Amino acid sequence: MSALVLDRITIALGERRLIDSFSLIVAPGTVTTVMGPSGAGKSTLLSYVSGTLDPVFTGTGHVILGGDEMTYLRPEKRRIGILFQDDLLFPHLSVGDNLAFGLAASVRGRAERRARIEAALEEAELSGFASRDPATLSGGQRQRVAVMRALLAEPRALLLDEPFARLDMALRDRFRAFVFGHALRRGLPVLLVTHDPDDARAAAGPVIDLGAPPV
Amino acid sequence: MLRNILALAAIFFTTAAYAQAWPEIEARARGQTVYWNGWAGDERTNAFIAWAGEQVEKRHGVKVEQVKLRDTAEAVTRVVAEKSAGRLEGGSVDLIWINGPNFLAMKEQGLLYGPVNPRLPNYRLVDVEGKPSNATDFTVPVDGLAVPWRLAQVVFVYDSARITAPPRTVPALLAWAEANPGRLAHPAVSNFLGATFLKQALYELTPDPAVLQRPATDANFAAVTAPLWAWYDRLRPALWRQGRQFPATGAAVRQLMNDGEVDLTLSFSPSEASTSIANGSLPASVRTYVMERGTIGNTSFVAIPFNAAHKEAAMVLANFLLSPTAQAFAQDPRNTGALSVLDVAQLDAAGQKLFADLPRGAATLTNAELGRVLPEPHPSWMTRITTEWEKRYSR
Amino acid sequence: MLRLAPVLTLALFLAPVAAGLLGTLLPAFHYLPALGGATVDLQPWRDLADWPGLPRSLLITVVTGFGATILSLLVALFILARLPRGALLRRLHSALPPLLATPHAAMAIGFAFLVAPSGWLARLLSPWATGWERPPDLLVVQDPWGFAIIAGLVLKEVPYLLLVGLAALGHMKVDRTLALGASLGYSPRTAWFRTVLPTLYTQLRLPVYAVLAFSHSVVDVALILGPSNPPTLGPQILRWFSEPDLRFQFVAAAAAMLQLALVVIGIALWRAGEIVVAALGRSLVRRGSRPRAIVDVAPPLAILLVITAGLALLAIALWSLAGSWRFPAALPQVFTVDTWRSQGMGLVTPVLLTAALAVLATLAALLLALACLENERRHGLHPGRGALWLIYVPLLVPQTAFLVGMQIVLIRLRLDGTWLALVWTHLVFVLPYLFLTLAESWRRLDPRYARTAACLGAGPARILFAVVLPMMVRPILAAVAVGFAVSAGLYLPTLFAGAGRFATLTTEAVTLSGSADRRVVGAFALLQAALPLAVYAVALLLPAVLFRNRRGLRGMG
Repeated sequence: MSALVLDRITIALGERRLIDSFSLIVAPGTVTTVMGPSGAGKSTLLSYVSGTLDPVFTGTGHVILGGDEMTYLRPEKRRIGILFQDDLLFPHLSVGDNLAFGLAASVRGRAERRARIEAALEEAELSGFASRDPATLSGGQRQRVAVMRALLAEPRALLLDEPFARLDMALRDRFRAFVFGHALRRGLPVLLVTHDPDDARAAAGPVIDLGAPPV
Repeated sequence: MLRNILALAAIFFTTAAYAQAWPEIEARARGQTVYWNGWAGDERTNAFIAWAGEQVEKRHGVKVEQVKLRDTAEAVTRVVAEKSAGRLEGGSVDLIWINGPNFLAMKEQGLLYGPVNPRLPNYRLVDVEGKPSNATDFTVPVDGLAVPWRLAQVVFVYDSARITAPPRTVPALLAWAEANPGRLAHPAVSNFLGATFLKQALYELTPDPAVLQRPATDANFAAVTAPLWAWYDRLRPALWRQGRQFPATGAAVRQLMNDGEVDLTLSFSPSEASTSIANGSLPASVRTYVMERGTIGNTSFVAIPFNAAHKEAAMVLANFLLSPTAQAFAQDPRNTGALSVLDVAQLDAAGQKLFADLPRGAATLTNAELGRVLPEPHPSWMTRITTEWEKRYSR
Repeated sequence: MLRLAPVLTLALFLAPVAAGLLGTLLPAFHYLPALGGATVDLQPWRDLADWPGLPRSLLITVVTGFGATILSLLVALFILARLPRGALLRRLHSALPPLLATPHAAMAIGFAFLVAPSGWLARLLSPWATGWERPPDLLVVQDPWGFAIIAGLVLKEVPYLLLVGLAALGHMKVDRTLALGASLGYSPRTAWFRTVLPTLYTQLRLPVYAVLAFSHSVVDVALILGPSNPPTLGPQILRWFSEPDLRFQFVAAAAAMLQLALVVIGIALWRAGEIVVAALGRSLVRRGSRPRAIVDVAPPLAILLVITAGLALLAIALWSLAGSWRFPAALPQVFTVDTWRSQGMGLVTPVLLTAALAVLATLAALLLALACLENERRHGLHPGRGALWLIYVPLLVPQTAFLVGMQIVLIRLRLDGTWLALVWTHLVFVLPYLFLTLAESWRRLDPRYARTAACLGAGPARILFAVVLPMMVRPILAAVAVGFAVSAGLYLPTLFAGAGRFATLTTEAVTLSGSADRRVVGAFALLQAALPLAVYAVALLLPAVLFRNRRGLRGMG
């Protein structure tokens, strides 16, 4: 498996630099945590990496994944998965169809695709939920579906944008273990941004503090 | 130079169109659609136009689309606008229901196609001698540019349950209104019927009505109309809503009469009261009458604009309107009740029978009872009276 | 391609306005060579000044314009202020769509049927309460001051302002603000007017200007409810424009320019008023006074509004089914479907035409709006206030001011009376409303859905068709319903661009309203109200059926 390399990334909003020449190597099978208070540009950094930076920002620097240059690729070609603090399940699709949306197109045949989705649901302890309306699931269940959806797309790296912030304490530990377990088992480089030190401790990897945003 | 060539070409094509014989016109008309522009405030007339459309489609393969107008002038404006935009053919108006100032305006500006009348086979049935308004519209010679299709004459309409002896002179009308404030209404003067109310009064009030047959001038207008304004100044406060608001049209006054707001008004159709009683839009007690010295009458025409896209079909339709079948159908009070423009006595036996068989409603006067028909004054009187009325009472 | 969408859209819907304004401006100064006006002079203005009704007409135009706007705004604000509480007013929300869908003309006709001296109200109360055996000789509708126009407009403009206000309040944390106010000793209404209103009003400003412009220049409502001697400026311009005498074309153009000036001055005055009111408000805030809540006027106002509108529509329906209905009977003596039967095809054709026209104009507007919004979304654009003003242009420029000139241009291009001209003209009016309705929800869509989809490997087309559009079905249908209703209700634009050949339900209803039988007018007005209402109903019900198992979509739009 391959590392995610961020090389001298700078993101600015007009004259103001949010991220200044930020470099980082996320090794495969590890979780690297980027900490910082809100407004430090953590989420913006992730959107640059995934290729979905809002055009009001200007970004420079390279994103390299497994030796391949990602910087100029469209987001849908990068194969970099992302999870937000909201599950963002598509409300018009059933749980199964949400997963099918993610499932890589290289998996062919109706039966095969259905089997893969069932398997993913099983992994998330949600067997038989395929035809359910996502709105009828609990918050934790929805988050697990979101994780499986991201993984079914066969990403080569995973970005986590405070995905645990909305969950209550009891659920949070279990869900962290669930996400990290699945990601690391697949040997993915994982980049987590958070302002919660507990997240960083649970990630058990390198921690980088962005510090307060430059004024 | 180019302009001359175009003019020559225009003349050539016009003459070419003229050379067509009637069967040829009928042949060319087949498949065309006539856009008949006309005031559409009267449901029965709209129904008649629809009927005529079905007939000419069945008989001649000509379709008729009624373009419903609030005001005939809208169609005139359209032709004017088309001319100003250089659209000398393929115009959007094929036929206009027209008379009075609108006709004069179109005739003076050369916006009409024709002469059409002599080319219509049925035109020879028209009574020009006995019904002079068929050939002279508001003192303006028609010159074959407009086809007469129905006659109108002013009648006064009253509710006999509330009035036993309606006023038969213009001064008596004022006396009655003062005794019965709010119960007399005439349509807004911008409406044709409303202006006609003033003209009708002028006929009786002015010392020498003969001057009305000549154009009004700056020199004589004030003197001729002075008695009218003196009379109207007294009448207005006794009108419906103290003369501060006027119903838009004759049909609106009819509604007021049906609601019991108004007891006396006027109409341009002698049979309208009867048909309105029949369809429940006037009380059964309504009757009509005319003034002792007669009432104004005129003819409705249809005319073809110079740039009409479907002239042949328009002529076929106009010719059909003059047929005894259409004329008798229209005069039937169950349809429109409009008086025929034909010389019925000169029709063949079958034609005469069509008219003899027509019923007559309780509120409709006989031809004899309708009495003397006063010719319409020159259009300039109406224009000036309308303007003067606005100046005096519209502020 | 998509990047051209905003430019193309602006060109398509502003070009007619610009060309129309120019086409009105030149003849207003007597320049229209084809009509014999080759020199620039002030003759049209002199003729206009000579019209004896001018001072009076201007006065009532301004009275009705400002009267309707001020009254509509106040009523809407009092209702909005009460909205966070009060179940009754919450129910008002469900009464909004029918009120919004009903065209101005139908509402005006129904209102006239209701309050005229011989109207349904008088019939219901006579003779037992009023002693009237015959209708009283009272100037209630078509009154010389235009009060009936004001009432007719208020019935339609309040729901519109409520709709805009509700949408804006949806983004504001009103409950928390009011709770904070309460903790500082302010009654909810005082807190609302001092803290919520200033923010809310910035969202209401342009819609209020649109109401101001519309109320100054309205033609159909004024024809039905307004005085005729003289009328307000709108109908008078139409009257001049329809005069056979060429001279009046120039007068009509000059009057249309005067109308434009009136609206510009009106908006400027309104803006000045805003500043004064804001200053007064700030001084109240600084004084910290805490007036005790007096009578709450919102519930009676809302009830009056809904009941009046409801009875007006009911009166239309009753008349269309009446055989004979003499005063003072409370109900028709005879019920019959004769009117419907005798009108027959005369009703069907306008229904089909109205629907076809509305569908075409709405679809065109929808495609353009979707293209613009998708372009915005894809490229992360955030259009500023300038763009908003541009969208409002057709709603701020009085219709008469550019339609007069637009017809001249259309005739010149030989496009008058064609479907193209008609659909295009309708587009000019449909697009702003449709766009604003749709943009409201579209821009609220969480951009992270699209980002998530992209990171799952979906390209722009798949994101649009598989994620964004399905999630936007409800707002799209709502916007379509709004567009349809706007198109179905257009009077003057249909009349002018259609060369009078296109008889829609609205043109027919207005044409008939002044003259024909109340029963026939009732039938046309009822259909006119029913058609957009049916589309609204479908727009509300269809997503509920399509997504009956998708609870998460219910909040969308």
